[in-house]
Formats: sequence, structure tokens, C-alpha cells
Amino acid sequence: MNTKHIQLEVNGQVYERTIDVRLTLGDFLRHELHLTGTHLGCEHGICGACTVLLNGHTARACLTLAVQANAQSVTTIEGLANSDGTLSELQTAFKECHSLQCGFCTPGFLTTLTELLRENLSPTEDEIRMAITGNLCRCTGYQPIVDATLLAASRLRARVASTQ
Amino acid sequence: MKPAPFEYHAPATLQEALALINTLDNYKILAGGQSLMPMMNFRFVMPDHVIDINHLAELSRIEQRGEKLFIGAMSRQHDIHTSALVQSLAPIIVQAYERVSHRQIRNRGTYGGSLCHLDPSSEQPCFTAALDGVIHVASAQGARTVPMSEWTSMYMTPALAANELMLGVELTPWKGAHGFAFEEYSRRHGDYAVVAVAAMLALRPNGTIDRVRMVLSGTSAAPCVLSQLQDAIMGQSREAALALVAQHIDQLPDVMEDAHYTSQYRRHLAKTLCKRALVRAFETAQ
Repeated sequence: MNTKHIQLEVNGQVYERTIDVRLTLGDFLRHELHLTGTHLGCEHGICGACTVLLNGHTARACLTLAVQANAQSVTTIEGLANSDGTLSELQTAFKECHSLQCGFCTPGFLTTLTELLRENLSPTEDEIRMAITGNLCRCTGYQPIVDATLLAASRLRARVASTQ
Repeated sequence: MKPAPFEYHAPATLQEALALINTLDNYKILAGGQSLMPMMNFRFVMPDHVIDINHLAELSRIEQRGEKLFIGAMSRQHDIHTSALVQSLAPIIVQAYERVSHRQIRNRGTYGGSLCHLDPSSEQPCFTAALDGVIHVASAQGARTVPMSEWTSMYMTPALAANELMLGVELTPWKGAHGFAFEEYSRRHGDYAVVAVAAMLALRPNGTIDRVRMVLSGTSAAPCVLSQLQDAIMGQSREAALALVAQHIDQLPDVMEDAHYTSQYRRHLAKTLCKRALVRAFETAQ
């Protein structure tokens, strides 16, 4: 059988489709669900532009078959903003720090750094740079990405502190 | 840049998986997919059947079995990297994972996948050899074990029959005080090693070497256990041991060469990294 019926959650919404088993998750998101924020740069796992969150953990959408996402939960760049549509702290910091130029790598950086900040609200610059070794950017030189992450982390820590 | 057509199977149990590989031709096991999928996307491999073993939860245990550390084949590299058990029993493994690719790859990539893909520049076969790994495999007919020293059949080909599945690896942690170091050179962080070294040693009260293990990756199809160097530096002080490294690396037959890195360069790296690893292992052995 070369097609399979799948049901999965993407950005909080449940989708059902019958798809070719060789369809990658990246192509499924882009062509079946029209969520074109997930970008395909290399299709062999190196550039990081296709990075999504699969059950909360970063994964390359180009190296995951869509059928493997059956009964799983996927979060893409389109799902990182707050439910009221406002940008996340990290997205806001990216905007303020000019952390994107062409924007091609940006979705992958945002999902990757979202995972980092979920696990570590006080990353050092070294820890941030280590976290993004799997994401390539040709435009920014990475510094503004690091700056935005430090800024977002400090704002998130302040928010936590203010609720205590 | 898209995979060629294939039949997809997702066995729910180990028995189902073993039955499938007992009968199917031209199949590939889909574990983490971080090595297989790039090859399929590029059509370097075009299996007729893809057998997705991600539902076999029994293959992802990380546990102590008596004096051994058992790591299941489907254990995610990130889970091994962050395992408190692994850190306490065999911290060289945690150090090795600092050099393995990137977080996104380690979230999905598996230990078994790396050992079956068997890239000569990979870190995971290297520490497996350093810890005297014994690989457990199974088929529909039964089960057997393969010591790591016999695991490499040829370049990027493990000694796994067509109807066999790797279940996991039993490693032998070192007991008592000992030093260790995993050293690697790669052009960018996360790249496969050009050369890597796993070094472990224990010292006598007078500070000389009582026990030592040194394994190279990146110089041959199988991880290279530096047996002659190990024998030569037994009972030696740190300075005497360091002085013996170069000649033993020079004596290694058939160091790998490819379009990117010559064998001469790999030998040079091996000497440098072996010395660095010994220094760090001596420091941590105190």
C-alpha cells in the first residue's frame, strides 16, 4: 500500500488526510496544509530551515515522513505566536534586534530557540550558540539572533519573577 | 530531492518486525531517519520497503543490568546524552554526545541507527568499542550477540544478516576511580569527526598507568582500538606515555584517505588528539 490515512494535530488543530507514504512532513505541511512557513533549504537535515516541533521537540521536517506524524502533535512557525495573535517574546525580540533579513532560515531558528527557552530560561551566549549549531543563516552573521535570544530570555525571566 | 516510491510498514511488535525482515527483499529499517532519510531524499538508496520501527517501545530502554549498561537500539541520542544513569556509569558517553551533530538530529537519531549506519567518522561506534560493547541482535529464528570488535563487516556495513534486527548494546562501564576523555576534531561543530579519540585510564598509587583503553574514529572502517599503544604505555608515567604516541600512530597500517582529508593529515590529527586525550584522562583520573 502506498497511501495511508493519517490524523494529526498541527498548531492545536486536528487534520485528517490520505497521503502518499513517501511524502515528507515538510511537504505535507506546505502542500497539503498550506502552512508554507516551514522552509525546505537542503532536504538532507543540515540547514535547519525546516525545523518544527514534534511532540514539543525539535525535528527536521525534511527527514520525517508525514505518516510518522500520525497521532502526533506538530508545532510549526505558524503556531508560535500567542493565541490572541500577538508575537511571542522571542518573535518580538527577533523583530527588535533585526534577527532576520531574507527570513528563509528564521522559522527553523524560532522553533529551535523556543525549545531552548522552554528548557533553559537563563542561557549563556555559549549555550545559545551551541543550541543553534544546527541552523544555518547566510544573512545576519548570527549575532542579532543571539542578542534577541538573550533579550527574550531576560524578558521571560522578568515575567516569571513578576508573577511570584 | 524526494524519495522514490516504497511500501511502508509500521510493525507494532518486535515479532512483527522480525517476521517482516525475514521475508522482505530490499528493505530498509527506519529508526531515527537522520541518516536514512537524507540518502532516500537524494535517491542514494531506493528501498522497496521501509520498515518503521519507531513503535517498538521495548527497544528504547537505557538500564543497568548487573554490572553492565544496556542501551536499547531505539534509544534517542538526546535521551542517552541526558541520562543520569549514563552520566554516573559511563560519563565518556555523555562527553561523546557533545560532539554528535545537533540537538534537532539527536532528538530523533538513535544509537542503534548510528551503529548500523557505521560511518567510520562517527562518534558512537568509537565509544562503543572503548566500553567493550556487545551488540544484541535478533531474527525470527532466535537471538545472538556480536562483540563490537566483530561488528564491522566492511565499510559502512555491520555484521548483521539480512533477516536480523539490532536490539541494543551491552556496555561494560569501568568501576572505581578512572579518567576519561573524548577528543575530536571537525571543521564545524557537529560535523562528523575527521578524527576522534576515546581514552580511558586508571592509575596506580604512584601515578603510572594501571589500565588503559584508546580508540580512534575516522581512520578506518571499524573503530581502531590502539592495542599496541595501550600495551606500550601500561605502567608508564604521563610523560613517558605521551612520548610513545607518535610512533604507534605512525605504525598504524592503512589509515583512511578521501578527497577531503589525506591519511597523513588523519595520522597527524590522531597523534595530537591522542596526546590531548591522555592529558585530560590523566587529569580526571586523579
